[in-house]
Amino acid sequence: MSEALDIFTTASLWAAVLRIATPLMFGTLGALLCERAGILNLGIEGIMTFGAMIGWLTVYQGHSPWIGLLAAGLGGAAFGLVHATLTVPLGLSQHVTGLGITLLATSLAAFIFRLVLPVASSPPTVVPFQPLSIPLLSDVPFLGPALFTQTAPTYLAFVVIAIAAYVLARTPLGLAIRMVGENPHAAESQGINVTRVRVGAVIVGAALMGLGGAYLTLSAFNSFFPGMVQGRGWVSIALVVFGSWKPGKALLGALLYGLFDAYQLRLQHVVAGVPYQVFLMIPYLLSIVALALMSRRATVPQALMRPYRKGER
Amino acid sequence: MTSTSAVLELRHITKRFGDLVANDDVSLVLRSGELLALLGENGAGKTTLMNILFGHYTADAGDVVAGGQRLPAGRPRAAIAAGIGMVHQHFALAANLSVLDNVMLGTEPMARLLSNRRAGRDKLTALGNKFGLTVDPDARVADLSVGERQKVEILKALYRDVRVLILDEPTAVLSSVEAERLFSTLRTMAANGLSLIFISHKLNEVLAAADRIVVLRSGKVVAEREAKETTRNELAELMIGRRVDRPVREPQLPGDILMQAYGVMVTEAGRTLLDKVDFDVRAGEVVGIIGVAGNGQAALGGLTSGLVKPASGRLELFGKAFERADGRHFVQAGVGRIPEDRHAQGVVGDMTLWENAVLERIREPRFSRLGCVRRQAAVAFAREIIARFDVRGAKPTTHTRLLSGGNMQKFLLGRTLIDAPRVLIANQPTRGLDEGAIAAIHRDILAARTAGAGVLLISEDLDEVLALADRVRAIVKGRLSPALSIAAADARQLGLMMAGIWGEADRAT
Amino acid sequence: MRLERRERVPLGLAIAAPVVAVIVALALSSVLIAATGVSVLDAYTRLFVGAFGSRLSLTETLTRTTPLILTGLAAAVAFRSRLWNIGAEGQFYAGAITVAALGSGIVALPPYLLIPVLMLGGAVAGMIVLLGPVALRLRFGVDEVVTTLLLNFVIILFVSIMVDGPMKDPLALGWPQSVPVTSDATLAKLVPRSRLHTGLLVALVVALAVWAIEWRTVFGFESRVAGLNPSAATFSGIALPTVLLTVAGLSGGLAGLAGAIEVMGLKGYVTTDLSPGYGYSGIVVAMLAGLNPLGVVLAALFVATIFVGADAMSRALAIPSFIADVIVAISLLTMLVSLLFINYRVRR
Repeated sequence: MSEALDIFTTASLWAAVLRIATPLMFGTLGALLCERAGILNLGIEGIMTFGAMIGWLTVYQGHSPWIGLLAAGLGGAAFGLVHATLTVPLGLSQHVTGLGITLLATSLAAFIFRLVLPVASSPPTVVPFQPLSIPLLSDVPFLGPALFTQTAPTYLAFVVIAIAAYVLARTPLGLAIRMVGENPHAAESQGINVTRVRVGAVIVGAALMGLGGAYLTLSAFNSFFPGMVQGRGWVSIALVVFGSWKPGKALLGALLYGLFDAYQLRLQHVVAGVPYQVFLMIPYLLSIVALALMSRRATVPQALMRPYRKGER
Repeated sequence: MTSTSAVLELRHITKRFGDLVANDDVSLVLRSGELLALLGENGAGKTTLMNILFGHYTADAGDVVAGGQRLPAGRPRAAIAAGIGMVHQHFALAANLSVLDNVMLGTEPMARLLSNRRAGRDKLTALGNKFGLTVDPDARVADLSVGERQKVEILKALYRDVRVLILDEPTAVLSSVEAERLFSTLRTMAANGLSLIFISHKLNEVLAAADRIVVLRSGKVVAEREAKETTRNELAELMIGRRVDRPVREPQLPGDILMQAYGVMVTEAGRTLLDKVDFDVRAGEVVGIIGVAGNGQAALGGLTSGLVKPASGRLELFGKAFERADGRHFVQAGVGRIPEDRHAQGVVGDMTLWENAVLERIREPRFSRLGCVRRQAAVAFAREIIARFDVRGAKPTTHTRLLSGGNMQKFLLGRTLIDAPRVLIANQPTRGLDEGAIAAIHRDILAARTAGAGVLLISEDLDEVLALADRVRAIVKGRLSPALSIAAADARQLGLMMAGIWGEADRAT
Repeated sequence: MRLERRERVPLGLAIAAPVVAVIVALALSSVLIAATGVSVLDAYTRLFVGAFGSRLSLTETLTRTTPLILTGLAAAVAFRSRLWNIGAEGQFYAGAITVAALGSGIVALPPYLLIPVLMLGGAVAGMIVLLGPVALRLRFGVDEVVTTLLLNFVIILFVSIMVDGPMKDPLALGWPQSVPVTSDATLAKLVPRSRLHTGLLVALVVALAVWAIEWRTVFGFESRVAGLNPSAATFSGIALPTVLLTVAGLSGGLAGLAGAIEVMGLKGYVTTDLSPGYGYSGIVVAMLAGLNPLGVVLAALFVATIFVGADAMSRALAIPSFIADVIVAISLLTMLVSLLFINYRVRR
């Protein structure tokens, strides 16, 4: 028992929390942005997969990891554009469109990867982002190695969340995004172009999702295989609800999830006789529980999933 | 102070919707600093006229002139730019956002990096103080009362420096205290140079608040009066007209009580929709419930259709109280129901007529056996309905969506009446229908009455209630007025009753 | 540009829609094929020959069609009542593992009883798996999309535990797979010396049964009303929660049955890669079929064709077989757009 509790005192646990949380931070923020504008983007699992692949592939071709991140963002944005076109002006089912995007992005990622690298007995690797020590802070005992020696994308994730929170709360653009997700007719009658705002939000959100995927291949691990996202996209969707559609709370959710996942990974070695798969199940089950607890209480953006048709009352 | 300069003019506005003439050569003038009331009952054309003014609709003929300039038709942004603002009856607000958010939306350039909320808050507070419309800028709209939400709607317009403000039935959802406060606010606004038009059907308020009153009836302007120079009674008669059309129905002695409500209260999410109402419906009579939309009709319809359970009190059907709300039980027990919204509740548009015919009855032995649908029986049933109730352009296999409104309603009535229900709940049975269909529906309702059914007619159309009902009650804010026998009713009394004036003195014949 | 709803959908247009969708999908995918340097005509020819060109390919295609019919039905039944069951993959595995558990010798019954019992067991397993998320929806208002998706991962992990642990086949040279089901629990072959088994007949019969349920029974009637117009359903006295739960039972059961039949007819044992995404492809099948149970058979055949054909094509040419997944995914999106144009007219 004490061994189980001792895990909390290891710096490596807390470092792992941030590592695990980073792709979820990007993913959740991306999904949150889409949903605040009223669009559910179920393409996230596929977009993250594609982002992982294209980011990795770009670095494999000889570019820096930052260019890889950029490629992942652009790739995500491209799928975002497709999703937005189908769901906003055309008003197609957001559920089915999202699933189609996931299937498409996942299959394209696998196709392109297999095309470039025909045979893979063990997948080739790239040199990923290296840990970046923040001067001074990383020398703090215990917290230093844990929190301030992460790779660049992790710090980027925090920055992006802060920017998103600021934009949503304090800028006219953020207000327009929020309004469009609550009452698009009111927004239109006050001069906002609902279509433009929604499409823009989805594209940016999808770009963030792509970044989240790229983190997996350019930081957490250094190779790609199809199916490596392992449901992180869906967990992100759950975390949006858990975080009540607010960036700050979503960040908290991602960190909590990271904690549970990091803990479960280490607990496996301490607890004998329980198959490792049981531990792997825990984060998914917890996500379901979180959803069940928060669904009633959370304030959903009122116009989420309602297609906007101009001129209809 | 009113001056004689015209700030807004509507010239010869005409608007048709199909065969219906909503506005017929309407002209009116709004003077600077004036409070003008547009009075009329439902369907008189008031809202259509204001929607044309604000650019939601385009007129077929006529012009809108604001500040000397002709307004391009059909564009709210042009109206906003010309300084016209509108407070809609159904508020255009985002409930999850704050007051300040709702007000400031769209007032700053999108590229701005920091929203100047302090300036916005200051301006909002200043406006609030100036006009007596104080609301907490940081309050979430969902937490506000209806009256406060309306303040936010008005503030939205004032924030954009409007010169003309239109209010559509502003007191429809307000308590009398809130209404008082609203009118004093409007007067302050007028004193500050704004010009206001408000649409209403409430005589008291119109007299107390407006400077001038324009009365619309059936799409035409029938009168203009200075508020000081007219009376309640005159307005009531002008509004409703001297037609007290005697219905073509024979007086009938009502029979036993079929449905009775004792102190029924219906609530939803904390709001009281029906406030301890008592009523009864007897065999062979039509009880008409007249009222403006939003006063509890939906709840009353839901209660009597078996969809809504009373929070307190009880509803008895043929002497038995009903514990559970169960539409099917009501139907089996002999209650026929015409839903308020035929598209949303009455039929499934993408299904065939025969499927819709048995929608409520699918589990009856004649339409299903051992869990399987008896298609032949259902098709024959539909065929009979179509023939007996003159549903045009239809076969049992026709997709219901294809029917015109009138024929769809005839079909709905048919599927309900064909089994001779003992009680008929007819909720807005002729809404949106043409004359021919209305006549047919009325004929059928009267036939049911003659056959001994008890009919509860809930309608916003006074003509209809006058034509069909034996007794009339008004529903106002979830309460029912005392019943008025149709023989004793005249236009004046009905107008007063609908305005919520149920005083003893007025009931004298 | 405005979208105006059509009053009536001509039958010709309704049938043309999936065909057009498929053609556009193939056209778009040809861009990818061309980008690899291969001749598009060559590639597609090999694909279709690979699916139908020989006795072996034909039986292979039909074998792959079988589970797709059932997962397609699962999705169609659910989506028609606006129940977003994305958990068919997990329900498939639940059915598979149940059959593997019960059919490897524990239950002793003659084949003509054992096989139906196992099929029923698989179906029930699938039902149970879906009921959880649906209960969460009814009780807590939780959207079933995410819960069914997350549950897929949980179930596959559970299967992994089973096939690497209590149910592991000691004779399998260390590979994690379950003990095979007995010959009594194995479905007969339809065509000798091929992999095609009688499961196809079961799937076809089930498709017919689902069609009959949907269009002839009271339950089918009520579930269609619930999906088309929930308000009208409530007004007519249809109990929406009961309908939803029953639909969930049917949908989950169909997906579970798919897994059961795959084990009993094809592999005989369970591994964690038993399904190459049948649950998800079933959604595409359902959409291409316009949610029509009989159309599902044709759509399943189409999707199976693409998968089998692409396998053959990728063996001959240097195109990764993932092109099949791409084609199928694009078909879903083009079908959605097609559906839009069936139901709406474009007006200036």
